Amino acid sequence: MTLSNIVVLVKYVPDATGDRKFEADNTVDRVGVDGLLSELDEYAVEQALQIKEKRADEEITVTALTVGPAEAEAAVRKALQMGADKAVHVQDDAIAGSDAVATSLVLAKAIEKIGVPELVVGGLASTDGGLSVVPAMLAERLGLPQVTLAAVVETQGDQVRIKRDGDTATEVVGGTLPLVLSVTDQSGEARYPSFKGIMAAKKKPLESLTLADIGVDASEVGLDAAWTKVDNVTARPPRTAGEIVKDEDGSGATALVEFLASKKFI
Amino acid sequence: MSEVLVLVDHVDGAVRKPTYELLAIAKRIGSPSAVFIGGADQAAAAADAVKAYGADKVYVVDDAEIKGYLVAPKAEVLQQLAEKSSPAAILIPASAEGKEIAGRLAIKLSSGLITDAVDVKVDGGEIVTTQSVFAGNFTVDAKVVKGTPIIAVKPNAAAPEEGAGAGAVEQFAATISDAAKTAQIVAAQPRQATGRPELTEAAIVVSGGRGTGGDFTAVEGLADALGAAVGASRAAVDSGWKPHTFQVGQTGKVVSPQLYVANGISGAIQHRAGMQTSKTIVAVNKDEEAPIFELVDFGVVGDLHAVLPAVTAEIEKRKG
Repeated sequence: MTLSNIVVLVKYVPDATGDRKFEADNTVDRVGVDGLLSELDEYAVEQALQIKEKRADEEITVTALTVGPAEAEAAVRKALQMGADKAVHVQDDAIAGSDAVATSLVLAKAIEKIGVPELVVGGLASTDGGLSVVPAMLAERLGLPQVTLAAVVETQGDQVRIKRDGDTATEVVGGTLPLVLSVTDQSGEARYPSFKGIMAAKKKPLESLTLADIGVDASEVGLDAAWTKVDNVTARPPRTAGEIVKDEDGSGATALVEFLASKKFI
Repeated sequence: MSEVLVLVDHVDGAVRKPTYELLAIAKRIGSPSAVFIGGADQAAAAADAVKAYGADKVYVVDDAEIKGYLVAPKAEVLQQLAEKSSPAAILIPASAEGKEIAGRLAIKLSSGLITDAVDVKVDGGEIVTTQSVFAGNFTVDAKVVKGTPIIAVKPNAAAPEEGAGAGAVEQFAATISDAAKTAQIVAAQPRQATGRPELTEAAIVVSGGRGTGGDFTAVEGLADALGAAVGASRAAVDSGWKPHTFQVGQTGKVVSPQLYVANGISGAIQHRAGMQTSKTIVAVNKDEEAPIFELVDFGVVGDLHAVLPAVTAEIEKRKG
């Protein structure tokens, strides 16, 4: 099998260094805070571009796909600046508040609409929801295998080999295209867009799709369609200021031992 | 009483601690049914182990046909067991593999999924989960409103409870599709045994960062005195002092132990995301301005290479 199409999943997320918060309906505030391409998705874009570059004799198109509000265009723009060939942005007011299940549905339908590629690449997790389940759900919906959490990726022909730190062992995992791949931040530094890349991105195609375009009914997505319901969101009470001592000639160690003993750790 | 399926997390038949935590949670909801997918020769020992922690039933699924294949076959096994037993809930350890199994299962069963639950309770007949989000800055209470609740539970969400269940063993022959047997583990290098507990499961974690200067002797000494796992900050991992498997933080392991001791770690947001929900936090750092001190229950401003060996020596002395 030759590789002709790679779709990279990217997400627009609230900036983790900013003041992230929730809206009155218990959904993440995705508008009132500064956002950006999820840092962890940059590694996915990078790996997609590296695979394309290593297989220069094949005509590979890298498409960045995002689902999100108008601001989310920034995420695919960044991917285009890094070197993706085109971008697709699924945008529809009905999508707001969707859970991972609905998000995976929208992604699967969008991918079916633009053509199921041989390879779908995603990041380790978003830096906001952090569920890490969307690639698995998407793979299930598309009927594809998934090889996930890759620290090293190699492809040859229709074979994909990855190395990863599993839960109890370091593993080499193999799969055959088509499949869904996810990569970690160990896979290699993501490139910065060059000036040339930024200029070139302005001319690259960016397609905007609605739910109607991809054949998803508005009732299947959004907060009301979610298969889970959030009852309460509570800000963690600030940790009460602890006791801080300065070490002088071993006094710090003595005090620390007393503290650990008082908490029954020793 | 309804069954609650618990996927058994094990390495070659040796049941891992999170399984016992899940069984304790399952008892709050209904009658725990452990699901063991593994070697036929390992099943008896594993069944005894889960029975001792309250499993009323143990489904044994021989993995001869599916060993080495990733995720998808296990999701099919759970789907078929769920269709057969109509459980009140399905509990899965929130490991990397567990979450992927849960994700696929949710789509197969058209059921809601909660991941990374740090607590699960039954309130007025409803199963309510608690999650910790945004680097532990918010607590979210949520429930599944469609299908069979599928809950991926984080380690240390409950204390294991000894107490034998009925432990009735039932062989289950699942039908695995060819499509599920496409991605497989080609080679596995088991992590070198350190004699220390696994990072995400440990009750105590002792971590080192940039301030160690690359010398983890003092950190490891304290860890061993406390029976703790050793962790590292991203700075220490990026410097090549410890492999990535030791990294605590957003892109490493997220830990929630009873006690977390941060040594020579400044406490950047990425690190906090991996340890902020620890019950008790202690830090040792030369820099009194280090942000880690905002989080601590107890902090020592001082040189870790002097403070930790003294603490270790005193602990050893008290142990006798």
